[in-house]
Amino acid sequence: MNLQSLFEPKTMAVIGVSLNNDRHPANVIFNKNFLRYRVQVFPVNPRGGSFQGQTVFTSVFEIHRKIDLAVIAVRAEYVPKVIDDCIQAGVGGAAVISGGFAESGRSDLQDRITTSARDAGFPFIGPNCLGVYSPGLVDTFFIPIERMVQPGSGNVALVSQSGGILVDQMIKFATEGIGLSLAVSIGNKAMVNELDLLNYLADKADNEVIAFYVEGFRKNEGREFVKAAFNCPKPVVVLKAGRTPSGMKAVSSHTASLAGDYKTTSAMFSQFGVVEARNESELVSFCESLSCYQERIEGQIGIVSGSGGHGALAVDFCMDYGLIVPPLTEQTQKEIRESLSASVQSIAAIGNPIDLTGSAVDDDFVAVARLLGQIQEIDCIIMLLLPYLPGITSDLGARLSQISRQQGKPLIAYVPHVDKYRMLIEGFELNRVPVSPSIEGAVLMAEALKRRKPC
Amino acid sequence: MLNEIRHIISDAAVKYGWVMEPDAKAILKLAGINVPRSHWAKDIKEACEFAAKIGYPIVAKIVSPQVVHKSDVRGVIVGIDNESALAEQFVRLSKMKGFAGIVIEEIIEGLELIVGAKIDYQFGPVILLGLGGTGVEIYHDVTIRMSPLSRRDAELMVKKLKASKLLEGYRGKPPVNMQELFRLLLSFSDLVSELADEIESIDLNPVFCSQEHCIVGDARILLPSRIREN
Repeated sequence: MNLQSLFEPKTMAVIGVSLNNDRHPANVIFNKNFLRYRVQVFPVNPRGGSFQGQTVFTSVFEIHRKIDLAVIAVRAEYVPKVIDDCIQAGVGGAAVISGGFAESGRSDLQDRITTSARDAGFPFIGPNCLGVYSPGLVDTFFIPIERMVQPGSGNVALVSQSGGILVDQMIKFATEGIGLSLAVSIGNKAMVNELDLLNYLADKADNEVIAFYVEGFRKNEGREFVKAAFNCPKPVVVLKAGRTPSGMKAVSSHTASLAGDYKTTSAMFSQFGVVEARNESELVSFCESLSCYQERIEGQIGIVSGSGGHGALAVDFCMDYGLIVPPLTEQTQKEIRESLSASVQSIAAIGNPIDLTGSAVDDDFVAVARLLGQIQEIDCIIMLLLPYLPGITSDLGARLSQISRQQGKPLIAYVPHVDKYRMLIEGFELNRVPVSPSIEGAVLMAEALKRRKPC
Repeated sequence: MLNEIRHIISDAAVKYGWVMEPDAKAILKLAGINVPRSHWAKDIKEACEFAAKIGYPIVAKIVSPQVVHKSDVRGVIVGIDNESALAEQFVRLSKMKGFAGIVIEEIIEGLELIVGAKIDYQFGPVILLGLGGTGVEIYHDVTIRMSPLSRRDAELMVKKLKASKLLEGYRGKPPVNMQELFRLLLSFSDLVSELADEIESIDLNPVFCSQEHCIVGDARILLPSRIREN
């Protein structure tokens, strides 16, 4: 199945534009692509006429151009005919925005379009979905442009069974500065499903992380999915709904009761190295971290801060997630102490966590990062930085990032996210070192690298 | 072997809708999994004869297509040590719904584990290992892995249990025989992969594991509704 024309279309037909209701989803989609995207758009409505100064085509046959993507936003009962037309006209693929299929008891309609599409090898997304958001290329979400929060372009792809969750995650990505390579809402996933997108994204050049929101896999599809994720060189993150089934159905075997749906899903994810996100904030932290690092770590964390409290809280979070904060050898402790500036040497608490105290300066953090980078017991460093300490400057982010890149050991930073500290944060982010606005978030970013390891 | 196993399952499906302990154990035996010496006795005389043959004390258990959880109805009696006690229990058990005889079995010692299988809708056949016995639904100490298992999978399953220390020998107690446990897990996983289309779930609970052996104390196989209804 060739999905490229769905995600990188040069020409697009919007089928179902209304000539009298400008809030119609098809109109919203036509308008935003017509005005803002590179893709060439053609409005279609059987009644013809003109719209936004453009000729409205009565069908896809009339356009007389090779159409890569058809966005279908007509009433459900008309969709089978439109799909057949698209197949016959040689359209590359479709996003079926319309609802009114399996989700509302019309499995028959859904089966009809799926059968004809499969027979013709015609890929379509949906039905009952928002479709595709491909930064700079195309956007089939029926959300007016002024209401969209668009993350910058980047290397994380988001695939979601729910359109609403997808839009929400995009807002969070934008807030955290995580870049997006592609967002796809797959709705009822009658044809194109998670596995198809995993395979497509595994080969997509500008993509590094593949994240999913999944409500449920169809029969045995979970099995195929985790196996494919295991073989995928890129990290695969999944947020799976249904941790607490509403009304456990009575089961008569112990095994069926102990290995409930969620427990089984979770076990399969960890066995095959799928990074399971248990909630939205894990999803965001994991995507941010994995967009910077692809390493799989055991989870042996070195913690450095300028405040004892920050170190103690970070250790607690590490324990909660099963990350190890190993003690440092006496030799290492001695070397670290000797590398510190005179005013800090006598007061710093050198263990793990390392508290450099409020008197620490940039050079102290840099020296400790360099030494921790060299020792084997530590496979990831968390730096808890308090930009309000007088000895810390906005250069520190870039300096620490440089050391991390040289040594090849993942470094994760915590910096309170306010505009005042923006330059420090950018010093990290521009050098692809993830920065969390919370201590727990920083620990989650380390956890992401551990969860990538099959166990 | 597989033909024989399939025959037992389809027979049980028609008669009872699920595979009760005696048949389930016959299947396990065919698959090379250790089970205790036991006999399905339909009357007191038969029960006493077999008990005398293997020697007291013995275990007696209800066989009834209507009793899936035997312990819940006090259908398992451990440590019967003479003929009159056995006869008395036989009479008591024979009053239970669906009574179809009792199983007489030798007593096996060991740490109680559960080994299970489930054909998961999303992920297909999976194998479960956990701390077993009647407390299984209280402790919830289980690991789940996709079937078929490799030897490494079996090792990881033991390692990932919170109770793994108990299995490795805790506070002076001898460890369980890991080679036997791995062998059981792998034979079981092979059996489950073969039968994935014909079963819904299997409980081997308890499995008695000691320094010498891993022996399945009780077993049941539940069948998918389409097979039950045929």
